[in-house]
Amino acid sequence: MALSTQLHVVTGKGGTGKTTVAAALAMALAGEGKKVLLCEVEGRQGIAQLFDVPPLPYEERKIAVGLGGGAVYALAIDPESALLEYLAMYYRLGRAGKALDRFGIIDFATTIAPGVRDVLLTGKVYEAARRREGRDFTYDAIVMDAPPTGRITRFLNVNTEVAGLAKVGPIRRQADSIMEMMRSPDTRVHLVTVLEEMPVQETIDGIAELTSQKLPIGHVILNLVRPPLVSADTRTALLSRTVTVEAVGASLESAGLDPKAAYDLMSGGVADIKRQDLQESQREILVDCGRPLVELPALTEGIDLGALFELADKLKNDGVV
Amino acid sequence: MTPKPAPPPRKVKATPRGMSGAAAGTLDVDALLADRTTEIIVCCGSGGVGKTTTAAALGLRAAEQGRKVCVLTIDPARRLAQSMGLTELDNTPRPVAGVGAGPGSLDAMMLDMKRTFDEVVEQQASPEKAAQILSNPFYVALSSSFAGTQEYMAMEKLGQLHGQAVDQDRRWDLIIVDTPPSRSALDFLDAPERLSSMLDGRFIKLLLAPAKGPAKLLTAGFGIVTSALNKVLGAQVLTDMQTFVAAFDTLFGGFRQRAEGTYALLQAEETAFVVVASPEPAAMREASYFVERLAGENMPLAGLVINRVHDEGAEGITEADAESAGKRLEVGSATDKLTADLLAIHAARLKVSARESRLKSRFAAAHTGVPTVSVAALAGDVHDLDGLREIGDLLAKKD
Repeated sequence: MALSTQLHVVTGKGGTGKTTVAAALAMALAGEGKKVLLCEVEGRQGIAQLFDVPPLPYEERKIAVGLGGGAVYALAIDPESALLEYLAMYYRLGRAGKALDRFGIIDFATTIAPGVRDVLLTGKVYEAARRREGRDFTYDAIVMDAPPTGRITRFLNVNTEVAGLAKVGPIRRQADSIMEMMRSPDTRVHLVTVLEEMPVQETIDGIAELTSQKLPIGHVILNLVRPPLVSADTRTALLSRTVTVEAVGASLESAGLDPKAAYDLMSGGVADIKRQDLQESQREILVDCGRPLVELPALTEGIDLGALFELADKLKNDGVV
Repeated sequence: MTPKPAPPPRKVKATPRGMSGAAAGTLDVDALLADRTTEIIVCCGSGGVGKTTTAAALGLRAAEQGRKVCVLTIDPARRLAQSMGLTELDNTPRPVAGVGAGPGSLDAMMLDMKRTFDEVVEQQASPEKAAQILSNPFYVALSSSFAGTQEYMAMEKLGQLHGQAVDQDRRWDLIIVDTPPSRSALDFLDAPERLSSMLDGRFIKLLLAPAKGPAKLLTAGFGIVTSALNKVLGAQVLTDMQTFVAAFDTLFGGFRQRAEGTYALLQAEETAFVVVASPEPAAMREASYFVERLAGENMPLAGLVINRVHDEGAEGITEADAESAGKRLEVGSATDKLTADLLAIHAARLKVSARESRLKSRFAAAHTGVPTVSVAALAGDVHDLDGLREIGDLLAKKD
């Protein structure tokens, strides 16, 4: 059915929830009836933990189904397996592959050789994106839980990584094909951030870097956004101190609560307003970043499968998929 | 079959550093910093948990308590770097201005991995050989983009700084290092081991073969391997690698020796590891992994810092009370409505705090005896030394 395979690359500073967003995005696509591959490349097994399934092997496994025949498959890509698979697939190196391993070359290539590791990781995504079953592509979409914003441009820009190493030859050709996919109209790099100073600054820097390398940017996803809990009246009253501790205490007492809590509740309220204002100022910075913004709420109960469906809905309604 | 002999006993500290007798279970940061036998503090943890901020705050606090401190940061956020007066990545420790009067001092530096690598090559090799290595395409790629270089060079720099501090001019008596944001948490611990196994590996010998004569290496598989490498890498890459390895050959021993020296230093009594986390499932999982890894490697753990923790706020009102009273007050006077809003904030905060407490107690149950300190969430980021001082107070629980 798939006429092409979309690629959604999800990046974000550590701690901003990019794995959660990547999973929600995959669920949203599956909800549209699509066959989706959700993959991770950093060996953290974040997807398995999120979906509460055993650690993922180097093998595509169905982990969730969507409405209308859609499904999410998951894959943890590790460079060693990717290299052996690559050698077997393109060079038919059955015996030689083992010999390479014995000489410590697989280890060398995946840990020491500059840039090779990233080419292998993105190369596997490339292989999955170009794979066909009969005349159609195997997957409608691939969602990649990618390295953090600080490293994403270098990670995707495999050409530059191997440029110093290989100017011609098979590695270079492989890197060129991957690069073509990364810059194709089917690819989007989404940046996940929270509304705090450092992650927002990194997002702005990330957008500039990706743009300079002509890598296509999709949405900026504001994650863990805290909803305002106070009305405009409450805000004014607290900040202008027109309400007294005694009045709040009396109000608490009328509802059967301890009036002594009034002071702490009011400081909690002022602190919350300050955080809201900070969040707002960071949002304003991002409004000018030139990319569409999508907000996902902070879910106080934490993330489970139900929460993923909720976030997936929000992503769908806001047009990310 | 005879059983394997037991490994020799390693020295293990009687009590973890930073654990005070009275309040076992709480990380006593001031005791850790005041202990003159603490010469190195390594802050490790997953990305985005405030590792660098914690390292900087510990450094400032130690300096203002009289220690001569050098903070080595790997990849600080711009503002944090500015808060310590670091404007450029020049690989040299610079004094931080504005540190309180007293015998202590604070220097800070950002690691430039390529420069560190280049300097090692220049120091170790003859000028001609160094020039040959520095211009080799494989070296250029290796020193600037290889995913593990940062870890190796952080280790190298730590060894250098400690050497200067202890053996040479006693410029510092405490080095605080913030670890690289590695994809796998303790990559830097693996660096010496990886380097050694790579250097001893048959692959390096294989690459050296043309220079040294292949006779010894003509074993089964040799032919297959070279032809496979040629096919996959292309002849040019292979030649570059061979030239590099041949030129680098004499330096390998020194590299390995120093990496092993730093590894031993990390296991020594003068080192203290501080694992940093935030109260989120992923970060706490990483923290568990760190704690287990450190124990497995006989690395001295001081304790766990949990950043950005939310406390319960107003006492005596449960989440259920807050929610039910809130509903009643919503329809009352203007003050009642305000109180209802405040109760809603309180209820949300209790939810978060309860979730965080569950994570913390789960960690404590799995890792008994790891001294821990929670640092309250601040409204904004750290921009200056005062911000770092505030974090320092929170770390030491002095408000």
